[in-house]
Amino acid sequence: MTESTDRQGFISRCRTWVDARFPWTDTLDRHATKYYAPRNFNFWYVFGALAFFVLILQLVTGLWLTMSYEPTGEGAFRSTEYIMREVEFGWLMRYLHSTGASAFFVVVYIHMFRGFAYGSYRSPRELIWLIGMGIYLVLMAEGFFGYLLPWGNMSYWGAQVIVSLVGAIPFFGPDLMEWVRGDFVMSEITLNRFFALHVFALPGALVVLVFVHIVALHHVGSNNPDGIEIKAKKDEKGVPLDGIPFHPYYTVHDFFAIIVFLIIFCAVVFYAPEMFGYFIEKPNFEIANPLKTPEHIAPVWYYTPFYAMLRAATFPLFGVDAKFWGLVVMAGAILIPAALPWLDKSPVRSIRYKGRISKLMLGMLVTSFVVLGYLGTIPPSPFATLVAQIGTMIYFSYFLLMPWYTRRERTKPEPERVTG
Amino acid sequence: MVPIQVRLPIQWLAVPLVCMMSVTAFAASDSTWQMEPMKPDLNDVDSLQRGLALYANFCIGCHSLQYQRYERTADDLGSIPHDLVLENIIFTDQRIGDYMTTSMSEEDAKAWFGAAPPDLTMVTRVRSPKWVYNFLKTFYVDESRPYGVNNKVFPNVGMPHVLLPLQGISEEVCYGYATVDVLDRLSAFDAAEQEGVTDSIDRLQGRDLNCPEIRVIPGSGLYSVEEFDQAAFDLANFLHYISDPSRQKRKALGTWVIGFLVILLVLAYFLNREYWKDIHNDKPD
Repeated sequence: MTESTDRQGFISRCRTWVDARFPWTDTLDRHATKYYAPRNFNFWYVFGALAFFVLILQLVTGLWLTMSYEPTGEGAFRSTEYIMREVEFGWLMRYLHSTGASAFFVVVYIHMFRGFAYGSYRSPRELIWLIGMGIYLVLMAEGFFGYLLPWGNMSYWGAQVIVSLVGAIPFFGPDLMEWVRGDFVMSEITLNRFFALHVFALPGALVVLVFVHIVALHHVGSNNPDGIEIKAKKDEKGVPLDGIPFHPYYTVHDFFAIIVFLIIFCAVVFYAPEMFGYFIEKPNFEIANPLKTPEHIAPVWYYTPFYAMLRAATFPLFGVDAKFWGLVVMAGAILIPAALPWLDKSPVRSIRYKGRISKLMLGMLVTSFVVLGYLGTIPPSPFATLVAQIGTMIYFSYFLLMPWYTRRERTKPEPERVTG
Repeated sequence: MVPIQVRLPIQWLAVPLVCMMSVTAFAASDSTWQMEPMKPDLNDVDSLQRGLALYANFCIGCHSLQYQRYERTADDLGSIPHDLVLENIIFTDQRIGDYMTTSMSEEDAKAWFGAAPPDLTMVTRVRSPKWVYNFLKTFYVDESRPYGVNNKVFPNVGMPHVLLPLQGISEEVCYGYATVDVLDRLSAFDAAEQEGVTDSIDRLQGRDLNCPEIRVIPGSGLYSVEEFDQAAFDLANFLHYISDPSRQKRKALGTWVIGFLVILLVLAYFLNREYWKDIHNDKPD
């Protein structure tokens, strides 16, 4: 009895000591035990936590890979195989990391879809959305730089194709391309800088952006599937009536989700780490060879929707090469979701209360994205290009027509309190 | 555009397999050889050991496995005693801990073959075990090639038929002419007629002979057809092991990891339900 009181006393004395010097309890309260999240989060709301989990996974496995990886033209491919064969559990670190890259994009795409559907980008959450777009861009760059590092033949040629896009920019293109590569061709110098960016600069940027993303979220509070503000109705203590503490309710919830995720993830890592050539492409088991172009160069699946849109631009305009317009279309497609907070004019946030056109448009957006993703993995043909062009139009019309259809359609009334 | 397929005059109308031709036409064309199925079996240690022995005797003279060490291979393939490996597998002064490299220098290889024979550590991941199996089985006599042989799976490959003493001599079995792209064909005929080259049509047709099979001359090799099939399987199986030596360990570990996660899932489910009981009981109306 006295012993446990003593221990309690010791822990609480420690806490008091720390709290006088660092806002420990205050931070825990603000972000966990007294952060009130809406009680009606559904399935779609676990993907933020999953993305955070995958980020940690990538940082940890990446750290271990860096310990044995050698960023040189001679050593990159060899050291990758050295990790696969001779480092204890090196193969596990490598497969966790390569599968983790794909998993990151799976959860981030679903996380973004959740934002699209429930209007999470709407005021006052514009900054959360923009920071999220920043995370997405850094993540794409991170994946791109990382893909060169095994120095396989697809690494080499994939990077070559993407870097050469820069060359399509009028006037500055060729010089800019040389500046990006640091050489006249893809070489060890390119590999060295991609390595530095992949293991130092971009992960740092990612961690900072994710931190800011969460700080901004906890400042304004989470949206929910009904798209109504829970802070509008509070009890006498100032706690939202429909809010529940993030910890323990959503921590146990997310813990469950992480295990479900891990089961699927581990099934891939342990039984199909190449994912039939979608996560690790076959030509990447051959060392980079500037004289041997793979039969069909395709980026990894998470870039293919944008790659298909790039290839869909097939005609020159204003005397500038089609390739440049492809680049413009691709960049536009990646960046345009950032404008969503100002494109959506609907009186309601959530898809639950929006009209038929919004639902149809969102469905078409997802369909076109998936179809474009498939088209980006196959060699071009006239029919595929036509479908990609239609898909590109549908993709952009979701955004560009949004101010019109969200104002025009009839919406359902939002509820007073959250449902379900 | 879809190429139009027509059947050009067939001389051997009596050949009962004519009706098969439209089906095998694509198979007869080079890169689309109909490959036999092959499913590697990494639990068959005997096969893997035989594959290692064959590789040491017939392949490593030219093709390195430069990312893999002898020791790891010996230990993985049923813990082969190291002195046995040194005696029977390593024919050079290499040691057990060395990488499995060829003793042929790259300069010599280029001088003799035009290009250095590729490293085969990951050939089954770049291609597939099935590809290797079929490649090894489909060398055939072709006098037009530098080594007197060609290959069905890898046409015009710059490699001699190293396993010929085992397999024996194999020849193509042809059934008339293949179906070809009519547009290409007509322009080729026109060009030939304008030049007044009368025999060129035959030559053109000869190029498209429909040869969907190869047949080994009985008794010309040390192995029977079945024995050679097994040898090709053992080699492909061995290379499949070499391409990712931790594969078996990975799958075994995966079962434990997922088993653990499933148990944790059940606990997490009840933990979650326990906490959320208060929230569900306290719903707003």
